[in-house]
Amino acid sequence: MSKFLSLEGIEKRFPIPGKEDYVAVTDVNLEIKENEIISIIGHSGCGKSTLLNMISGLDAQTSGAIILENRHIQGPGPERAVVFQNHSLLPWLSVYQNIEMAVKKVMPQLGAHELRQRVEQYVSMVNLDHAKDKLPGEISGGMKQRVGIARALSITPKVLLMDEPFGALDSLTRANLQEHLMRIQQKVQNTVVIITHDIDEAVLLSDRVIMMTNGPQATIGEILEVNLPRPRNRVELQQNPEYIRCREAILSFLYEKFAKDDE
Amino acid sequence: MNRELVKKIFLPLVVLVFVLQVWSGIASIVNEFPTPSDTYVAAFGGVTSEGDELTGVLSDPFYENNQDDKGIFWQVLESLKRVFAGFVLAIIVGVPLGLFVGMSKNAQYALNPFIQIFKPVSPLAWLPLLLFIFQDINMTAIATIFITSIWPIIINTALGVKSVSEDYMNVAKVLRFTPMEKVIQIILPVSVPFIFTGMRLSLGIAWLVIVAAEMLTGGIGIGFWIWDAYNNLNYYHIIIGIIVVGLIGYLLDLMMGKIADYFDYTKRGRA
Repeated sequence: MSKFLSLEGIEKRFPIPGKEDYVAVTDVNLEIKENEIISIIGHSGCGKSTLLNMISGLDAQTSGAIILENRHIQGPGPERAVVFQNHSLLPWLSVYQNIEMAVKKVMPQLGAHELRQRVEQYVSMVNLDHAKDKLPGEISGGMKQRVGIARALSITPKVLLMDEPFGALDSLTRANLQEHLMRIQQKVQNTVVIITHDIDEAVLLSDRVIMMTNGPQATIGEILEVNLPRPRNRVELQQNPEYIRCREAILSFLYEKFAKDDE
Repeated sequence: MNRELVKKIFLPLVVLVFVLQVWSGIASIVNEFPTPSDTYVAAFGGVTSEGDELTGVLSDPFYENNQDDKGIFWQVLESLKRVFAGFVLAIIVGVPLGLFVGMSKNAQYALNPFIQIFKPVSPLAWLPLLLFIFQDINMTAIATIFITSIWPIIINTALGVKSVSEDYMNVAKVLRFTPMEKVIQIILPVSVPFIFTGMRLSLGIAWLVIVAAEMLTGGIGIGFWIWDAYNNLNYYHIIIGIIVVGLIGYLLDLMMGKIADYFDYTKRGRA
């Protein structure tokens, strides 16, 4: 398969006045295949969010190149949609309007009827038909995040970037959203990059798990292939030897090889 | 019946009785100071304690004898016209300027010193200069209102722009919004409650300013009407004027508050 999204020699430095630059991440080389789902996992401060921000273009790398379908990424764009950790819905727009705003901007050629159809299709995809006229302030955190996902997918991005998408949610809601995401992913077949600090989430959702070493100068430590068939069932997986192997590999990486004390 | 409501009605009445007592006390000490009952007569008509029969100022607010002798309604209307003219001008100029100051660090650096210096200048200090420029009562009053009520609008609008969360701007960046789309779809909706707070403050200032400005410029208007009452030794009208000015200021503030709530997304759609 040809290269879809590749990160080549990525480094990110933050200048500190009067001191040497802080090197957040360095020497990151990664190739992501089309329709692949990868997770980037690591302790806090390993630069995984920085990495995602560079792919989204919201942050620029200091050196190295990020190439999507043979084109250098410069700045943000709708072909790399982002699901933000804090959902980032516009609180004065309803669920419907939040998605509509994105579709309208990215697909200005759509007529009124097609526009409505498309928005409603994505509202339905995350099972929010009953809440489509509610404001973000009136729905739960999990529902907001589902709107965030619908908004990101509604503009048919080439890559879906998720920055700890379920990090702020309780574990039951999180499981529910993971199910939503897997179900949707089966349908739309998208390339997805998920930043997470949850080992089970990483194994459950991804084809590959990218493990980051600790910062400063964080880089890719190990890459783990998750050879589990889809659709995946979280309950059945608990007994699956491959699932257990993957979990243990990540556990050992995070807590033995690159253990980190909380200050 | 609702206890809160009873308190809300009853407690101010207690204070009113106290105020009337103090007022009567002052009236008995200060020579010629109008008593509450005589002021009431002057406002609504009847016979004063000295036996004069009066037509109330408020019972015939619409009379028009000649250019210089009109009922209190026309006086208030004239003042309100000036206030709204200056206020609307201040919004038209102040909101875009505030957006500019809020969005551009350079604009903020460039304009902030001037905003800070001109903001505390009393409207009465501007008045002679503006009168000299315009040589016209109406224009001078409007310009004075404009120049003193624009500052809260600029400052609050800029504050609103600064309160736009980085997250919303990231959404705008990913969707590649143009600067204009950013302003209309994100910055304005976030800033609107702040802008209205600024407008509410401005309207309050404008109403304060107009009375003082009209006293100095003369002509028609509630401010000059009060000053004229003083010159004619008609002390009842001064007190009536004060109460009318206060009531109208209160109504203006209530109205702005309602409009502000209507446009404030944080107050919409919540039970």
